[in-house]
Amino acid sequence: MTRLPANFLLGAVLVSLMVGLAALSLVWTPHDPTALDIRNKFADPSMTNWLGTDKLGRDVVSQLMLGARNSMTVALVAVLMGGSIGVVLGLLAAGIGGWVEDLVMRLADLSFAFPALLFAIMLAAVFGPSLSNAVFAIAFINIPIFARVTRASANQIWTRDYVMAARAAGMGTFAISRDHILPNIAAAIIVQATIEFAVAILAEAALSYLGLGAQPPAASWGRMLSEAQTLMYLAPELAIYPGLCIVAAVLGFGLLGDGLRDITDPRLVRER
Amino acid sequence: MTYFILRRTLGFIGTLFAVSIVVFATMNILPGDPAMSILGLEATEDALAALREDLGLNAPVHIRYVEWITGAFVGDFGTSHSFRVPVSELIGERLGMTISLAVAGMLLTLVLALSLGIFAASKHRQIGDWGVMFLSQLGIAVPAFWLSILLVLLFAVKLRWLPPGGFAGWDDPVAAMRSLILPTVALALVQSSVLARVTRSSALEVMRQDFTRTARASGLSQRRILWRHVLPNALVPIVTIVGMQFAALVTGTIVIENVFYLPGLGRLIFQSISNRDLPTVQALVMLFAAIVVTANFIVDLLYVVIDPRLKARQ
Repeated sequence: MTRLPANFLLGAVLVSLMVGLAALSLVWTPHDPTALDIRNKFADPSMTNWLGTDKLGRDVVSQLMLGARNSMTVALVAVLMGGSIGVVLGLLAAGIGGWVEDLVMRLADLSFAFPALLFAIMLAAVFGPSLSNAVFAIAFINIPIFARVTRASANQIWTRDYVMAARAAGMGTFAISRDHILPNIAAAIIVQATIEFAVAILAEAALSYLGLGAQPPAASWGRMLSEAQTLMYLAPELAIYPGLCIVAAVLGFGLLGDGLRDITDPRLVRER
Repeated sequence: MTYFILRRTLGFIGTLFAVSIVVFATMNILPGDPAMSILGLEATEDALAALREDLGLNAPVHIRYVEWITGAFVGDFGTSHSFRVPVSELIGERLGMTISLAVAGMLLTLVLALSLGIFAASKHRQIGDWGVMFLSQLGIAVPAFWLSILLVLLFAVKLRWLPPGGFAGWDDPVAAMRSLILPTVALALVQSSVLARVTRSSALEVMRQDFTRTARASGLSQRRILWRHVLPNALVPIVTIVGMQFAALVTGTIVIENVFYLPGLGRLIFQSISNRDLPTVQALVMLFAAIVVTANFIVDLLYVVIDPRLKARQ
């Protein structure tokens, strides 16, 4: 067993911390995160409110924990949705080839003209802003990313001898894709998913900050920041904590993804 | 080379066409009645019918698309509901702000990223290299809007050197520049984190090649080798990322304008969403998507200039 890379370890620590907070919030938070206590607004950090309270007297730590849960859920749903569609499209493109491959790749090219923000803006203009629209927008940008990674890795596997043997033995394209291609490219997909998880957390925060994601009174790091921005002269510290959480989560998943890639594919280790 | 340019140009036009269909379809075919969403649920049936007629919603979808796209070609994006002026006028008033921000952000990004990337590559495996890599790893994880808030906290709230936001117009150029400093820095810091990494790894690749060794052996100074021999040869991957980043930068201006309350297209898009002003949103989304596609097209053309192998190929 070789030594685990430092980026993997640091990433794993940060991710466990954030996922832990999110999971803990399901069963316990120090206070009710939405309970108002106006007389106790802008309280300084204390034994009861570890990081103080916001403009409505809500406990900041409890809200941050709920924000973690919100962030993780959005990222998980969006990456799973976009990722699974993208992987299927990528497998089809590599397996069938020809015009199907061309079509999938052209569509993937096209979708790069629409960053998540633009897509979320369109959905918000038509349906009104909501968290589910933000999830759809983030899922959507994940489709071409996963389709490309899957196709590129799958094409490599399709040239292997054991795949040709399977084909010679009469296995169909779909059966080969399922039994031989997918298991062999799973590592690359998992690495990509970890990195896209980080991107999704960043995107959710930005969309919620802009009012296109989580709506009040739902707790979200991005929304906490947009509220805090209007109170910067009064309570500047409220604009610090949610941002630190976002950075910790994004950095954590990003490092974990890089580390996983270094572990699963040593050939790709770039000069550091 | 002519063939290459011709093929890319056709691809570019095709992509723009496809993008316009996606934008139009999303805004027009998805379930939901624009008239209802503009007037609200309590609107009378008469008012709804009148507005539908006014919006031209009674014509078949493909006719409406053709009208929209031919209008867009000559700069006619219809009339804004909420502002009651042509959308093109709204865009014209605000385009300057967004372009100044994007261009200033891109320039600062290039300066920061190229110098930091080349610096890190020249200090490979030394403390300077690790420092740059650490900062850029951090920069990738910091959301631009939070970085903006931190900059405002420090330079506007605490030190009071710069305004926290807003823009009073170009009548007072010094004040105008001062209000654009923080937005530009916020935009560029995040973007240059990615680009510095690409510059570094691309430069390291070139530094390992024979001609760099020859240049070093023939006694050229380190500075001359880095800027005259390494950087030009490292440019192809850098330009690719710059093209992708320009897209991120343009959508970044949407976020930054809203953080700093700057009167550009990004503010307009959000005002239009809250006003349910669909023609304006549709025009702006199309405009932003077109900018992204055009940036990628320009990058494709730049390859010909930068990569002599492409120039030679017929």
